[in-house]
Amino acid sequence: MDWLELKPEGLFCVPGAFYIDPLQPVAHAVITHGHSDHARPGHQHVTATPETLSIMRLRMGEDRAGESQQALEYGEVISVGAVRLWLAPAGHVLGSAQIVMEYQGQRAVVSGDYKRAPDPTCTPFEVVPCDLFVTEATFGLPVFRLPDPAHEIGKLLHDVRLFPERTHVVGCYALGKCQRLIALLRNAGYHEPLWLHGALLPMCSLYEGFGIQLGELKSATAAKKGEMRGGIVLAPPSAIADRWARRLPDPVVCLASGWMHVRQRAKARGVELPMVISDHADWDALLDTCQATGAKEIWVTHGREEALIHALGKLGIRGCSLRLIGYEEDDEQAEEDAMA
Amino acid sequence: MIEFATLLERLAFTPSRNMKLALLKEYFTMAPDPDRGYALAAMAGSLSFAAAKPAMLRALAMERIDPELFAWSYDYVGDLAETVALIWQPESETHKSEAAPGLAEVVHTLDRLPKADVPDVLRRWLDACDASSRYALLKLITGSLRVGASARLAKTALAELASVAPDDIEEVWHGLKAPYGALFAWIEGKGPKPDAKDAPVFRPPMLAQPLENVDLAAFDPAEWRAEWKWDGIRVQLVSAPQGERVYTRTAEDIGKAFPDVLATMQDLGSRVVLDGELLVVRNDVVASFADLQQRLNRKSPTASMLRDLPAGIRLYDILFEDGEDLRPLPFDIRRQRLESWFARLNPPRMVLSDLIAFRNFEDLAKLRDSARSEGIEGLMLKKADSPYLPGRPRGPWWKWKREPLTVDAVVMYAQRGHGKRSSFYSDYTFGLWRTTDGKRELVPIGKAYSGFTDEELKFLDKWIRDHTTKRFGPVREVAHGLVLEIAFDAAQYSKRHKSGVALRFPRVARIRTDKPAEEADTLEAFIHAFL
Ligand SMILES: [Zn+2]
Ligand SMILES: [Zn+2]
Repeated sequence: MDWLELKPEGLFCVPGAFYIDPLQPVAHAVITHGHSDHARPGHQHVTATPETLSIMRLRMGEDRAGESQQALEYGEVISVGAVRLWLAPAGHVLGSAQIVMEYQGQRAVVSGDYKRAPDPTCTPFEVVPCDLFVTEATFGLPVFRLPDPAHEIGKLLHDVRLFPERTHVVGCYALGKCQRLIALLRNAGYHEPLWLHGALLPMCSLYEGFGIQLGELKSATAAKKGEMRGGIVLAPPSAIADRWARRLPDPVVCLASGWMHVRQRAKARGVELPMVISDHADWDALLDTCQATGAKEIWVTHGREEALIHALGKLGIRGCSLRLIGYEEDDEQAEEDAMA
Repeated sequence: MIEFATLLERLAFTPSRNMKLALLKEYFTMAPDPDRGYALAAMAGSLSFAAAKPAMLRALAMERIDPELFAWSYDYVGDLAETVALIWQPESETHKSEAAPGLAEVVHTLDRLPKADVPDVLRRWLDACDASSRYALLKLITGSLRVGASARLAKTALAELASVAPDDIEEVWHGLKAPYGALFAWIEGKGPKPDAKDAPVFRPPMLAQPLENVDLAAFDPAEWRAEWKWDGIRVQLVSAPQGERVYTRTAEDIGKAFPDVLATMQDLGSRVVLDGELLVVRNDVVASFADLQQRLNRKSPTASMLRDLPAGIRLYDILFEDGEDLRPLPFDIRRQRLESWFARLNPPRMVLSDLIAFRNFEDLAKLRDSARSEGIEGLMLKKADSPYLPGRPRGPWWKWKREPLTVDAVVMYAQRGHGKRSSFYSDYTFGLWRTTDGKRELVPIGKAYSGFTDEELKFLDKWIRDHTTKRFGPVREVAHGLVLEIAFDAAQYSKRHKSGVALRFPRVARIRTDKPAEEADTLEAFIHAFL
């Protein structure tokens, strides 16, 4: 498809004259979701879902989240230059969207980050049939067939029951993972107050403002040490094994991430209870989704693209790598860097 | 298999001993017989198969996955069994509905499975298991299963379940076989204590308390016996109708590493349980601990090691003779029995630990401090009428170590600790000054990670963070500005360190904030004083 171009600033839609998740400030940016490697500050005009715009304002401040902002609900169609543009849910985090573009009878869809597993805190992914599908491939290896998140939550709750005198501290990044964990815990019947690191609280308030119930949340930073004993504490991954964690009584260090699926990665992080919970499509979901779109052509933005392209080739689908630099292989890392 | 796999996974990531204990207790309570017995065998290191080689796993995986995808995955994961476990996709729904095999089923099947049938059975099992059970299964079947809990810890868990002492489990342990049905029955109050009369079982040893805060003046010298405390490893030699064993004081069977000692026991043919110190003894002279270390490091020694580093035993005590339990007898009587046994058999490789004559404790203290010879750590004081009691009772036996040696060294690097200490820089590499070609530099001589209080740890951690000059992963290099007084038991030459010396049991004795780093000790002075 020749009307989508890769430029140094990022992926560019020629007939609409806008960039998707650009890496540098541009005149018009369409943003898939609020993670810091996708939503960057300093653009002139920004188009995104109301949730994503709201997230950008919270994280960057009003003045850096785009000089003018255009909120677009899922499914609401607009024309930008010669292109018909609308957003479809991506199921990654609150407000995350696929960018759907139509031009001269062809349809291209840019997925951004996405997942297919159910998530009570955001609208589920919607398959949009298209000619070109631009996908991520964070977990683009067949070893990443990730377990049911409910099973991983069950592991945590079992541990909390087995060691009632200890404090379980779960590392999770601030946008998406944190709120999803809370919702999963609530769905599993855990209704005790949850203790949150200060860096996680503003985003939870934002989610609640969009009608997502998270139950009782308390500040771990303000808590007295003994109060949290036996409880569950959520904190950014960078805080769980560092000085911040010393305020917790007898902590058990847990980390919720898709990377926890591989033992060496979990070991390297010094985690005692790895929880395999990811906000990205796993291997099966990547293949299923690419096929379900019916696209003849697949572009892979970031992740482990070589394996995915190889597997698509065996299915008769042409894939190629965009090798977009600047996107992290790991949201977690990007989010940690953003917080540092 | 699922419960066992879950336990394995949890143990692998849990550094805390107490949590491991709780997990083991939960497992031993919930898991059925005989599965839990085989799990126990796995922890004791006695469950090992070589039913499948890595090539077979690879071939099986290749039936289901494209070779290139497999290669990328293996490259990423780095472990063959884990790669296969994660990548394996059950073939069909009918296979999925089949129940995952229990651990016992796996063990029993593998015991009598012809090699040619292994792939078929393995394929069926892999289809029925989840990823974590597949991992456990593949590790087991290739003989590379590692459990994050020692046999001793498993026995402690069992003892806590049974409300008995771990030593009670130890006493029967070496007479039992997997899957330990009789042991579990006893623990759950459904059967008698297993009888181990003819087996070479381990008897929990009697240990001494350190002589601290004790008023020696109140002791009557006539009621006490003194022996040298040798710097080797404490062992128990057992000879029973069903065989001979060499155990460490933590019940580890180290016979394979010391075939010279085992052979001596076999030749004697006397049914005894002896307590002694294992040393390397060359021409009647006790060699350094470093020499013994070389023997301990080898699972089975070479002929030249057996020749150059011959093992010897200093005998301290006798616990059993011809089935008679001597442990309730007073020390003096046991000593007579030991001496007469020794005189009768004149066993090679063994000598009696000398009883040191003394009139009063002042004389003894002088003797203790003058004995700086290789292999002596200090003195043992034993009450003449003391029975042999397992554990570390306070009162009958004391170890009276020499004053530790000390050196003032400069902190060079620090590393984070483990478990509870994982947020603290608690391991310190320290060094001494050396002048080469007119340049004064620090050379590391050792590492210490104990000896300080919690308050001191907080101080050290903060100091490290405030004075970091470079980071390499978990290690920080610091400015040369902090002196630690390091206590240690002995110094020796070592090829492993750049400084050419090494310390035994180094620990932090004091933080010397009062001393400028330039005034810390020099390597030259250290070698002169201690080597
Ligand atoms: Zn993202
Ligand atoms: Zn991303």
